[in-house]
Amino acid sequence: MDGRINIRELIMKSAGGALHRRADRIVSVFLLLAASISIITSIGIVLTLVTDAAHFFSEVSLRDFFGKNLAPLGSNPSFGVLPLIVGTLASSLLAMIVAVPVGLTAAIYMSEFAPAGLRNTLKPMMEVLAGIPTIVYGFFAYSFVTPMLMKMLPGLEAKNVLSAGLVMGVMIIPMVASLSEDAMNAVPTALREGALALGSTKLEVTLKVVVPAAISGIIASFILGISRAVGETMIVVIASGSSKKLTFDIMQSMQTMTSYIVEFTGGDAGSGTTGYYSLYAVGLLLFIFTLIMNLIAQYISKKYREAY
Amino acid sequence: MANGSGSGKYEKLAIEAPSFQKRTKRRILLDKVAGKLFSLSIFFALAVLCILLYQIVSKSIGWLDFKFLTGNLSMDPYKAGIRGVIIGSVLLMVVVIPVTLLLGVSTAIYLEEYAGKSRLRSIINTNISNLASVPSVIFGLLGLTVFGRLFNLGSSILAGGLTLSLLVLPIVVVASQEAIRAVPGFLRDASYAIGATKWTTVKKVVLPASLPGILTGSILAMSRAIGETAPLVVLGIPTLILRIPNGLLDDFTALPIQIYYWTLDTVLTAEYANLAAATIVVLLVLLFLMNSAAIIIRNKFQKRY
Amino acid sequence: MTSKANDERKSDIVYDVDNLNLWYGNDQALRDVTLDIKRNEVTAIIGPSGCGKSTFIKTLNRMVELIPIVRTSGEIYYHGNNIFEKTTRVEDLRTKVGMVFQKPNPFPKSVFENVVYGPRIHGIKSRKVLEEIAEISLKRAALWDEVKDRLHDNAYGLSGGQQQRLCIARVLAVEPEVVLMDEPTSALDPISTLKIEDLIHELKQTYTIIIVTHNMQQAGRISEKTAFFLNGEVIEYDRTEMIFSTPKDKRTEDYITGRFG
Repeated sequence: MDGRINIRELIMKSAGGALHRRADRIVSVFLLLAASISIITSIGIVLTLVTDAAHFFSEVSLRDFFGKNLAPLGSNPSFGVLPLIVGTLASSLLAMIVAVPVGLTAAIYMSEFAPAGLRNTLKPMMEVLAGIPTIVYGFFAYSFVTPMLMKMLPGLEAKNVLSAGLVMGVMIIPMVASLSEDAMNAVPTALREGALALGSTKLEVTLKVVVPAAISGIIASFILGISRAVGETMIVVIASGSSKKLTFDIMQSMQTMTSYIVEFTGGDAGSGTTGYYSLYAVGLLLFIFTLIMNLIAQYISKKYREAY
Repeated sequence: MANGSGSGKYEKLAIEAPSFQKRTKRRILLDKVAGKLFSLSIFFALAVLCILLYQIVSKSIGWLDFKFLTGNLSMDPYKAGIRGVIIGSVLLMVVVIPVTLLLGVSTAIYLEEYAGKSRLRSIINTNISNLASVPSVIFGLLGLTVFGRLFNLGSSILAGGLTLSLLVLPIVVVASQEAIRAVPGFLRDASYAIGATKWTTVKKVVLPASLPGILTGSILAMSRAIGETAPLVVLGIPTLILRIPNGLLDDFTALPIQIYYWTLDTVLTAEYANLAAATIVVLLVLLFLMNSAAIIIRNKFQKRY
Repeated sequence: MTSKANDERKSDIVYDVDNLNLWYGNDQALRDVTLDIKRNEVTAIIGPSGCGKSTFIKTLNRMVELIPIVRTSGEIYYHGNNIFEKTTRVEDLRTKVGMVFQKPNPFPKSVFENVVYGPRIHGIKSRKVLEEIAEISLKRAALWDEVKDRLHDNAYGLSGGQQQRLCIARVLAVEPEVVLMDEPTSALDPISTLKIEDLIHELKQTYTIIIVTHNMQQAGRISEKTAFFLNGEVIEYDRTEMIFSTPKDKRTEDYITGRFG
């Protein structure tokens, strides 16, 4: 067999090995650098927010920051963020009033009731809903939902939290539905079969077995939904307007933390002014809020994963 | 049992009692009703989707034509066209696609193939899942401070593209990680056992096998980027740009931004709503095409091993 | 490296395993394994499942290290060189020591691309040379006649037995000295198994073969030497006919007579 010498010698001569090993080392360094970009991004976000928020807090006390008066552009500006917090909570709450019941029951239907064929067509359609850019929802809220609601509710302003919140709820439905469905799908079939074999109906299996077993995943989906609503920007910017008055009337305009940031980077506050730095203070507040929500959601869903 | 031939002690079973049977009937009825009610939730969501699409398409009719697609921006709604806007979005993608693919896929390869079970790996993984849920306005602030001011890129295409890249990076990383993880270990073993290095194995075995998954995830990430508005607004993209951008350092406007400004200005000029709707249709068609591509890739390459 | 590197033993002994211990985390999988493996012989490794036989041959080409929690102590000399030495490159070792796995694991590529994967990554580019290598290797793996007309079809279209012979051809294409086989026929039907056994008979003229098998008849049919593993220890290592006719250890006897595991 002359082939034996042939191949081995060729391999030795080609010296591909050394080249490959060098490439291997260079590549692994490059990959590590690429992977560290995500860490650098996080550090960048925190540093950006903290340093510029520090400028802000050197000029405005925490007490004023959590005050009721928001008038960043007046001759004697004040930076109380309570109106923004109320606006954010009001719009998020409205959104969850829509998203939680609809999202959860949609998830129950897809996971427990729908025949497999139907589920396979419904899921992609929900994904379409999730893939629509929020600017499109904003346009829809402002140019369709608000005028429609105005016919029913005469006192409604052209910019109002109600319409923004409701549409935001629709936007969040797919997220709540898909995360809750994942949690319910993770419940072992044996549990369902056990209950069915005792003569339970599907509804009883769902309410007494599946939902309790998946409850932490379901709650995590609600919390992530809230976090998403709090961070959502374009819908509230367009449909809820920028009123800085502290109010609890959802028929009126309210500004959220996110839309405050958008309004002020739109060019109204020059760099270096207190107004400019206030963006970062509000941004930091928003960041902390959503981070806490996400950590809670992660904690809850991790706990539930250990259950089986 | 009905003819009484059985033993007496079974006759008193609760199941036989009329009240029990009635109850069972009620339970079954309740089950049916609940199923129907739950299905209504889905149909509510889909109905909203249909109304939304109908509203937008009907507002765009008569406005969305060849002249609109190829014309230049103008204050006059009857003359306005979105050629420059489309070019802006395309150039934005020219930045986002290579940057996110390179960084995202590299990160995923590092995490899945190189990092082992190290602490660093779990730190990066946690970090990515947290980054994925940071509101997009915050990325806007990051872009404004770092790319806009620190690197002095202002509100250029490059600044916008880099900001959006960081925003969608977690999506690409997570999708690529899943695709890489789905490559069976025995293929890697076969390669290592022939004396291949890690990188050779990744390049020749792991990446080809995971490419469809990576592409699908990346396209979905791009469709998120192309519709994203808030970070660009925060970067301070100017309201009306009448000039077509020439290079990556030029100021620009993009489809979602233009929709935003036209929607805001409907108070002044009612026809802007039609322009916004027409632009939305363009954006949605684009998204539809991208998503279809993703689904086709996913289905075409699914059956393997 | 010790004096073993340059003494005369290297002539005939391919592997010299000295006091090898191996742990997965805290579980010890190999205990003080010591044995020699001779050139151009077939050595069979037998034992009940979980006895460490697979772990052992995966250690011979250091594939076992792909599991992150593995630790080892002791030495393995390959032609007198300690394979755990820092200067030993696993890539070089694995080029010389090929491996065939339990389940056929061809790449999702054409038959041809599977065979030339090794030569390609080691830098051979000429199409003509690659075609020659493919033909030689497939012939040696007794597969050439069955696939020569569909070299460019996907390897997943082959039968299980053909896939396994393709994997053997893929290993032969880099001209190894040793071929490790980890229960190569356990996923195959009896006819395919027979073909692989015939192939092993052919291959031992040229190669040193170490084969893990759970099938004692197979060990008896194809091997010169047999090592019986139990709980990570080598209980007995001898000429195959000795192991099967007059085992020295009671546990070996129990195992091969089927009273056990």
